[in-house]
Amino acid sequence: MEAIFLTIVLAPLVGAIIAGLFGRQVGRAGAHRVTITGVGISCVLSLYVLWQYAFNNAPTYNASVYTWLVTDGLRFEIGFLVDRLTAMMISVVTFVSLMVHIYTIGYMHDEEGYERFFSYIALFTFSMLMLVMSNNFLQLFFGWEAVGLVSYLLIGFYFKRETAIFANMKAFLVNRVGDFGFLLGIAAIAMYFGTMDYKEAFAKAPEFAETTISIFGQTEWSLMTVICILLFIGAMGKSAQVPLHVWLPDSMEGPTPISALIHAATMVTAGIFMVARMSPLYELSETALTFILVIGATTAFFMGLIGIIQNDIKRVVAYSTLSQLGYMIAALGVSAYAAGLFHLMTHAFFKALLFLAAGSVIMGMHHDQDIRNMGGIRKYMPITHWTALLGSLALIGFPGFSGFFSKDAIIEAVHHSHIAGATYAYVLLVAGVFVTALYSFRMYFLVFHGQGPRDEHAKAHLHESPWVVTVPLILLAIPSVFIGYFTVGPMVFGDFFDEAITVAAIHDTLGHIDFHGAFGFVTHAFFTLPLYLALGGLALAWFIYTWKPGIAKVLSERLSWLHFILDKKYGFDDFNQVVFAKGSQLLGKGLWYAGDRQLIDGLAVNGSARSIGWLASVARWVQTGFLYHYAIAIILGLLGLLVWFVM
Amino acid sequence: MTDWPILSILIWLPILGGALVLMSGDRAPNVSRWLALAFAVLTFVLSIPLYVGFDVSTAAMQFVEKSPWIPAFEVNYYLGVDGISMPLIILTTFISILVIGAGWEVIQYKPSQYMAAFLIMEGVMVGVFAALDAMLFYVFWEAMLIPMFIIIGVWGGPNRVYATIKFFLYTFLGSVFMLVALVYMYFKSGSMEILMFHDLKLGLQEQILIFVAFLLAFAVKVPMWPVHTWLPDAHVEAPTGGSVILAAIMLKIGGYGFLRFSLPITPDASSTLDWLIIGMSLIAVVYIGFVALVQQDMKKLIAYSSIAHMGFVTLGFFIVFMIVAREDVETGAILGMQGGMVQMVSHGFISAALFLCIGVLYDRLHSRQIADYGGVVNVMPWFAAFMVFFAMSNAGLPGTSGFVGEFLVILAAFRADFWFAVLAATTLILGAAYSLWMVKRVVFGEVTSDKVAALKDINGREAWILGTLAVAVLILGIWPAPLIEVMDASIANLVQHIGMSKL
Repeated sequence: MEAIFLTIVLAPLVGAIIAGLFGRQVGRAGAHRVTITGVGISCVLSLYVLWQYAFNNAPTYNASVYTWLVTDGLRFEIGFLVDRLTAMMISVVTFVSLMVHIYTIGYMHDEEGYERFFSYIALFTFSMLMLVMSNNFLQLFFGWEAVGLVSYLLIGFYFKRETAIFANMKAFLVNRVGDFGFLLGIAAIAMYFGTMDYKEAFAKAPEFAETTISIFGQTEWSLMTVICILLFIGAMGKSAQVPLHVWLPDSMEGPTPISALIHAATMVTAGIFMVARMSPLYELSETALTFILVIGATTAFFMGLIGIIQNDIKRVVAYSTLSQLGYMIAALGVSAYAAGLFHLMTHAFFKALLFLAAGSVIMGMHHDQDIRNMGGIRKYMPITHWTALLGSLALIGFPGFSGFFSKDAIIEAVHHSHIAGATYAYVLLVAGVFVTALYSFRMYFLVFHGQGPRDEHAKAHLHESPWVVTVPLILLAIPSVFIGYFTVGPMVFGDFFDEAITVAAIHDTLGHIDFHGAFGFVTHAFFTLPLYLALGGLALAWFIYTWKPGIAKVLSERLSWLHFILDKKYGFDDFNQVVFAKGSQLLGKGLWYAGDRQLIDGLAVNGSARSIGWLASVARWVQTGFLYHYAIAIILGLLGLLVWFVM
Repeated sequence: MTDWPILSILIWLPILGGALVLMSGDRAPNVSRWLALAFAVLTFVLSIPLYVGFDVSTAAMQFVEKSPWIPAFEVNYYLGVDGISMPLIILTTFISILVIGAGWEVIQYKPSQYMAAFLIMEGVMVGVFAALDAMLFYVFWEAMLIPMFIIIGVWGGPNRVYATIKFFLYTFLGSVFMLVALVYMYFKSGSMEILMFHDLKLGLQEQILIFVAFLLAFAVKVPMWPVHTWLPDAHVEAPTGGSVILAAIMLKIGGYGFLRFSLPITPDASSTLDWLIIGMSLIAVVYIGFVALVQQDMKKLIAYSSIAHMGFVTLGFFIVFMIVAREDVETGAILGMQGGMVQMVSHGFISAALFLCIGVLYDRLHSRQIADYGGVVNVMPWFAAFMVFFAMSNAGLPGTSGFVGEFLVILAAFRADFWFAVLAATTLILGAAYSLWMVKRVVFGEVTSDKVAALKDINGREAWILGTLAVAVLILGIWPAPLIEVMDASIANLVQHIGMSKL
């Protein structure tokens, strides 16, 4: 198996290196062929691995590839841990990545830097695979930062655009704030558990369940809570949770294929994967779980609200992603790790689909992204329209679609939870269902229904995208619709993740849900609130945006205060800009002028040089050059010495 | 092979080469350039046996050479290396080749003297790392200043006189106190051997005085806050090659001094005063990080970034005592020192690369001001790729060497005190902020001026130099084990030694 795992990881890397360093030699077609071949090999092998683990009960693989370094009793290794969780993740990552690679041939067809783009997305695939296949914290951190690097490069792909290069720096720095916590968490694990290896750390963790450490003076903190929250801060950065979510909407400056791959389906879900992987640690700290639950639920609801007023097609989907990530995080908070991962999987398909469909529309509209300028596109782009509709239905959790199963499982799990904050989370998550349906179908109706595009020129050129674009849409639409129905049983309520995930008996929320098959789950939903909220949101969107288009304007005027708050995105960006960006520059300038230039250089260094100069200029008056001055000095000196010795 | 006086060869071969280059004169500049390159490459090749033939299982000095030098004062020509000095010698011989290459057609004014100065300096710096006799060490230590003084003073920028005087006085002031301490210990022990000083019994009061004397010398060299202000000035005025040597090797000599002198000779004073060094190191990381953020001059920015990164070196060396003092922590002391050492080697590569990058731009546009650039990627794509790569390494991206040292030191700092780790880890944010903000303003964006539009991408020579460094940075980042292995025995021995009180 080791050869297979190595091939899965290295095939995209080889593609990336060839396309990146020898792009000029291999040319455009060569670049996409070599990277697609690499990722294709990974994808096929990943599906084979998934098959082996899902149906043939392949044993968990946990071994190191090479030793990074050994010192002071700590071993740092690079290695793979492959179980069903890993198998699921690598399959999702490589499949979506392959779809995005193919789609990119069409999307980036006329762009400069074509080879570079393929090199980056293949490099991303490598980094993401390293992250999810890791068996230790070092490699996890390596993958964690490497995907951040590629994300940085891709958000800034259009490096001439000021907004793009601002967004990519912002993304990297905000992620670094998260990584700051993450690294400290790893340091704590290294110190207390004395290992970097997952399995060893998980085995040691229960010994420290009651350990407390003092950080602020005498207050004692539970060690596990500190570790879990520190690690989770990393997840907040990567998975864009409030208040570290600010980078994700701006990341839409990157080309659409990477928004689908990195900022919807894979990289941003790394935080969810990480927490699920660390479930043996998180189960030991209920405080950390509550923290996670509250953050997740807050993000799910409040970021969804912003989605309602966005007019950029990609930003609507981006806020939707923030909100859905919030759902996944909330699932982790109530120890429904399996439900969170399940939503991660279904979301990867339908959100990648929605982004790629949005990209297809953007291509049709000649890179106009404003949904107010669109309309009636269903007539011109039928495949894009139908796949987008299926994706939207999956997103809002329409009964039977894959998003329905995953979202309902999360809401039910939160409903059964008794940890602090569960009620707050339940209310927000249920309300979020309505919001999700509203913003999703607002976008759907504005883009695909109504009169054609306002601009006659755009209308004349509107046509369906080429097959390299539509085929990935169709291939993603299939799992968006069906995968939930077929996998919800084993993955969420069955034993699929049993080896990978630990859930303490008192936190077992999923175990309290009555599950009688996927069909029963659907029928049960007709007796619960979320379904009607979703349909209500859909209906309201239809009513406002196709039936009575005037209402939207009236509403936004009546609720201008709310519109203002949402338009300002709750003020996070302005606050960060003023306090952190400007503040640290001011601090830097202050330290530099006052500290380095005035105090150290001015006073101490040049000051002492000046005072030595002054001393010398005074002392030189002694050196008059007159013999009688020196003679009298000698006599006086002699007298003085005599007096001193005699006395 | 080991019968050869390999260390002597590494010291005197480049110095001899320097003399030959000097004699070749400027009438045929290409002859002196190729001659200098040949000597630099030969020296590097000859330094490889140090690594290959190194016995990693022992902390004892290897490749030892000893013969009387001034018998009347028991001063010997005594050379040898252990796991701490050997990697630094190879770093010196490696970087020296790149520096010779970097000055190739750029230096038109007295090229033979320029090349000769670097070769002579190479030999002297190897001497500093290899010397086991305190007098010999001191001679090399001071001799190092002369070529550097000349390099900045002759090939430097407009304000070079201020910078050279500041550089010289600052470092000389520190080293005079070191000389006093060395002479004192000579009178106490009757020997000038550094290894004898390690075992010399000293009272706490004496130790503190000696420690402070060494601190003045080494803190200036590193440089540590608050005696760092000579560095930005020196860098700004120095030619590219001078900056590279300064950042990559000379600063390391300060860090090396702590390991070779301060810690083993005055362990009790080091333990008593560790709070001072830790405080200065953490200030360097945080305070200097903020200062670097607002620099308008690229070289100043990288100079400040160097100070912040060297803060990790001294932090890693001195948290040892706090880790040992804690009862609930078993290990970690070696981790911190390893981290500090890796950080020194890594910083040698990365700072060299960044100064070379700035040199590439300066050679073309004759400006170091960030504001004069913008959109460089449009005209210099290969250069931009290197610049982004090295900026990311500077920000400590995993997979590059910049990560390894910082990672190990942060892991160790956590064992000393939670808040040390928190302050040290701010480099994750600050380092990324100043590196990437510079990249954003210089490399990305629209072409901002006609001058930038006329820039030509790096030539083959520049690509080779930057490419070699990129490979070194990657290898050390992906597989640091070979370096760690070499240092392990010596560092473990040092940690054990400083754990034993001399009182």
